[in-house]
Amino acid sequence: MPGDKIGSALGHQLDELRDRHGDTIKVSEISGVVESLLSTVRNELEAADKELFGELEALAQYIQTAKTEIAALCPDEVNKQFLPTAGDELDAIIEATAEATNAIMDATEIVEGVLDGLDGPAKEKLMEATTKIYEACGFQDITGQRITRIVQALKEIENKVGALVEAFGNEIKKHEALQPDKDEEKGGRPIDDADLLNGPQSKKNAKSQDEIDALLASFD
Amino acid sequence: MAVDMGMNILVVDDYKTMLRILRNLLRQLNFTNIDEATDGTMALEKLREKDFGLVVSDWNMEPMTGIQLLREVRGDDKLKGIPFVMITAESKSENVIAAKEAGVSNYIVKPFNAETLKSKLVSVLGEF
Repeated sequence: MPGDKIGSALGHQLDELRDRHGDTIKVSEISGVVESLLSTVRNELEAADKELFGELEALAQYIQTAKTEIAALCPDEVNKQFLPTAGDELDAIIEATAEATNAIMDATEIVEGVLDGLDGPAKEKLMEATTKIYEACGFQDITGQRITRIVQALKEIENKVGALVEAFGNEIKKHEALQPDKDEEKGGRPIDDADLLNGPQSKKNAKSQDEIDALLASFD
Repeated sequence: MAVDMGMNILVVDDYKTMLRILRNLLRQLNFTNIDEATDGTMALEKLREKDFGLVVSDWNMEPMTGIQLLREVRGDDKLKGIPFVMITAESKSENVIAAKEAGVSNYIVKPFNAETLKSKLVSVLGEF
């Protein structure tokens, strides 16, 4: 055991010091005594634990590399921007398909209402068609359930990445400080075609037709 | 015995779209009194308020799921005789077995069509 070796070496050293100085040491000699004791401990540690230190150093280096690589993945950005956006987009899909499905059923119910006043094969055929429409509208329930599960999985990932961001907070901040500000970077150059490909906007961000008309009119 | 097409039917689903689809399909099958609930708790309250001749319920709902509702219904002396049909996207064998063990009358997997709905209701209620 390294501790036993150090204990024995220190005991030996203390015996030598006692032989040389007796039980009292002058203040001016304390520094030399302490240095002598430390030197013994250092030598013993180096001899006994060189391999252990080597492994610890390699482990520390590995952790540092991993931290840097994780920071370079920008998990904070993933958590603050990409995951919530993905979740919002999926919620918007559920909302849009529900609205469309209800609109389809509104129209189908009107057709059914008109059918009440009819008779014969035409009525039967149209009634069959309305039944098929109702059946098909079930897609919204199924896709809604599937999307809800994806949203739940994204939330789970968000929590895990959040824990990662918390654990590597300083490393991530250091990495971010070295990166150019994306908004500034974007602001410094003209808008190109890629900047204009953003897909459908969320309801709260989307411009209404009236707002677009007003914007167009402002050029006149 | 002829099926009473005017009996109260309770449809339970947390998706309003599915409630509407089922209501329309049941109406096309000539059932006239269809009530709705959006989860097991609300369904149980309605079941205790008036007489129902059939429950058609989804499984995956909160806070009370369809299987919990089924167990509550089967454990209640006044409600335990009501036919209970599960309509759900849960299609694993263990789900079907659990539902059967809880006393389900029939089990329909989503997506379903009107023909399947009718045939399962006939097997539970008799010809109509």
